[in-house]
Amino acid sequence: MTMQSVTDVIPANAQRGFRVGQYFVCLKGILFREGLRFLNQRERFVSSLVRPLLWLFVFAAGFRQVLGVSIIPPYKTYVMYEVYITPGLCGMILLFSGMQSSLSMVYDREMGNMRTLLVSPFPRWFLLSSKLLAGVTVSTMQVYAFLAVAWFWDVRPPWTGYLLILPALFLSGLMLCSLGLLLSSVIKQLENFAGIMNFVIFPMYFASPALYPLWRIQESSPLLHKICLANPFTYAVELIRFALYGQLDWGSLAVVVTVTMLFLGGAILAYDPSKGLLGRRPDTGGNA
Amino acid sequence: MQHVKANDGVGLPAALEVSGVSHFYGEKRALADVSFSVAPGRFAVLLGLNGAGKTTLFSLISNLYDTPHGTIRIFGHDVSREPGEALRRLGIVFQARTLDLDLSVDQNLSYHASLHGIGRAEALSRIKSLLAQTGMIDRLHDKARSLSGGQMRRIEIARALLHRPPLLLLDEPTVGLDIQSRAEILATIRELVRTEGISVFWATHLIDEVEDSDHVVILDKGRVLTDGRVDEVVRGCGAANISGAFAMLSGVASVSAGGMHR
Repeated sequence: MTMQSVTDVIPANAQRGFRVGQYFVCLKGILFREGLRFLNQRERFVSSLVRPLLWLFVFAAGFRQVLGVSIIPPYKTYVMYEVYITPGLCGMILLFSGMQSSLSMVYDREMGNMRTLLVSPFPRWFLLSSKLLAGVTVSTMQVYAFLAVAWFWDVRPPWTGYLLILPALFLSGLMLCSLGLLLSSVIKQLENFAGIMNFVIFPMYFASPALYPLWRIQESSPLLHKICLANPFTYAVELIRFALYGQLDWGSLAVVVTVTMLFLGGAILAYDPSKGLLGRRPDTGGNA
Repeated sequence: MQHVKANDGVGLPAALEVSGVSHFYGEKRALADVSFSVAPGRFAVLLGLNGAGKTTLFSLISNLYDTPHGTIRIFGHDVSREPGEALRRLGIVFQARTLDLDLSVDQNLSYHASLHGIGRAEALSRIKSLLAQTGMIDRLHDKARSLSGGQMRRIEIARALLHRPPLLLLDEPTVGLDIQSRAEILATIRELVRTEGISVFWATHLIDEVEDSDHVVILDKGRVLTDGRVDEVVRGCGAANISGAFAMLSGVASVSAGGMHR
């Protein structure tokens, strides 16, 4: 071989960094792969629909006699219990999906797929944000599929609501996916999805206004009410609920945006090789 | 022009330069003051038993972990300070299988191309030419799941070469493969060094993958025992061959051609 051929491979004046167009190529590639993986796992899509639909068809039917929902904003009239819990179920889809993507990243890390992502020369914050964006896009599509079925079940918010929840879903999804990403970097080994269900998903879901208005919780337990107020998922649900009826809940928006930035920042830090937690453990594939 | 000799480094920066690198997992030290360099256009072998620290070293070179003790440079670019510039010059084949089994060969490779900012048209032409070279072009649209172990490795090597890196890292690429696949993959990589002038850093515990003119770095319990041309290392030890040299240096009792055992 010759020196000449070495310089052929990478010219001395090789371009440094990447052009904006190349960032798009990278983002598109990550989104496309996530989409393909999703299409290849139809069971995942179906199960992500079955869960909220069970709540809507069965749980709500049973509880609507028990739980009366008075007129509270954003609702202008008495609403059916099904109508009340629909935004909470949208939140639930995002919650499960966010955690599932966190689990898949742990799986990815162990299978080495996370490694193939992290050895890309693009900045790590960009790679992780793209990965999150891909996860959020998939879960947002799941929510719309759910809302489409719910429409036939007489849950019919104004059509503008369908458009207006898009940013709310996107932000809430981003918050929950970055929480998942943070967990995936911090928790050494997520034993299985059941662990995440018991310690993260269910507490967040039940201690929120997803199934019952907060004033009812306050009546029965002021402490629980405080816990609900400290739960970021509460604000995601309210943001979605108000958006579905054409209103913007500024307080919830502020909380969701702040918490998203915190979680996302934490996750990027955790995956940063100079600060992160990855290097502290020897189990990242292969032997020693 | 003549072969670039190991460690002469005149004019060009080393393909890979590791200096004073230590790494700890908690209290446990995995690498202790590791230093060596690989000259451009060389086939260099990282020889060590399982647990010697080969995979840790690879994780540091590919910036998966930070390197607080020591520096690693790829063609002069510090992995910690300019990770982007360093990583774009690096192709890597991990020890663990990293193809997405549910996706096709084309989809796996295209994903990698996009992670390097290579657009679809350019990616497809590179993928086709790389697959044609390895005789796998007819598997372009097959699911990765349907490939044999050796075929998957070949796809992973093609993937590592897609962005045309001047340095290729392979972590025990032949483990778990049959004899024929092993020989083919080794021959393919050696051919690349000859014809394309890329530099290769090949980790293995299999003595028979080493040739006399290779550059060898022997790693044992996180330390570099020796570093140089294989024939010179053997002569320096007064051993009959590299396995003898390895046994003398590390105190390993028996070394067979197929592998090493303590």
